[in-house]
Amino acid sequence: MKHIVAFGRFWWDFVVGDDWLAAAGVTVALGVTAAVATWWILPPAVAIVLAATLYRATQHS
Amino acid sequence: MSAVLLVLSSFLASAVEMVEALTIVLAAGLTRGWRSTLTGVAAATLTLAVVVGALGPALTLVPLNALRLVVGALLLVFGLQWLRKAILRSSGFKALHDEDAIFARELSEAETAPRNERAGIDWYGFTLAFKGVLLEGLEVAFIVLTFGSTQGSIPLAAAGAAVAIVLVAGIGVLARAPLARVPENTMKFAVGIMLTTFGIFWSTEGAGAHWPGGDAAILGVLAFVVLWSATLVALLRRQHARVAIA
Repeated sequence: MKHIVAFGRFWWDFVVGDDWLAAAGVTVALGVTAAVATWWILPPAVAIVLAATLYRATQHS
Repeated sequence: MSAVLLVLSSFLASAVEMVEALTIVLAAGLTRGWRSTLTGVAAATLTLAVVVGALGPALTLVPLNALRLVVGALLLVFGLQWLRKAILRSSGFKALHDEDAIFARELSEAETAPRNERAGIDWYGFTLAFKGVLLEGLEVAFIVLTFGSTQGSIPLAAAGAAVAIVLVAGIGVLARAPLARVPENTMKFAVGIMLTTFGIFWSTEGAGAHWPGGDAAILGVLAFVVLWSATLVALLRRQHARVAIA
């Protein structure tokens, strides 16, 4: 069990990293992009997610 | 143009990860002996080769749109992680990555750890080198495989990575010291921008949307990511200066 938890934690750290908001924001934005099949959703969504994750980081520091 | 970006991205990402792996390997080698350390490096390289050998052909079997969606999303998340750290460092909110300091810390930890020798191998040195090379190498392998398979040229991406690995390892062997003069934050910034750019481009196409201008749109996305990142650095620098004065 300990090894499974450690394995899961490794992949969580590897993929999600320090702030889950980036992964969650990208997932939602891609879902919307797939639903409406248009290119202009993702760039502004990424800009907002990056600003938001930086805001969270600076509030903690 | 995208081929140049592909090679450049692979090269930069691999060089950054290799600098970090080299720091760990040097600390292990100098304190725990080179035999155990190089055995650890060889074991990690072998493990990476197995992972790449298994994953590479498997990726070519996945339909291109599904691959672009999943790989693009992953690259985008990775890119945002790299960009976040690089922007925080550039604006002063996070200390610059200091290979000398990391080397000194690894060195002192390795010096004080007790010796546990079996079959002529010091297991602390072996594990330190193995983990360092495997973890940093896994990121390189992922970037090379995903960039290469999505762009239809794993050899081109691998060539960029190979040049970086040979270059950093060669300098490391000659210098026998951590590569503290490498402008690591600038390189990480560039990698973050490349990963985010390719991530936005591919995942959008994988989700079924089409870019105006086709592949040339990558340059537009690149310009957008660069400008937005520069804006955020400028804004955060001002905020950091205000906090420092207060």
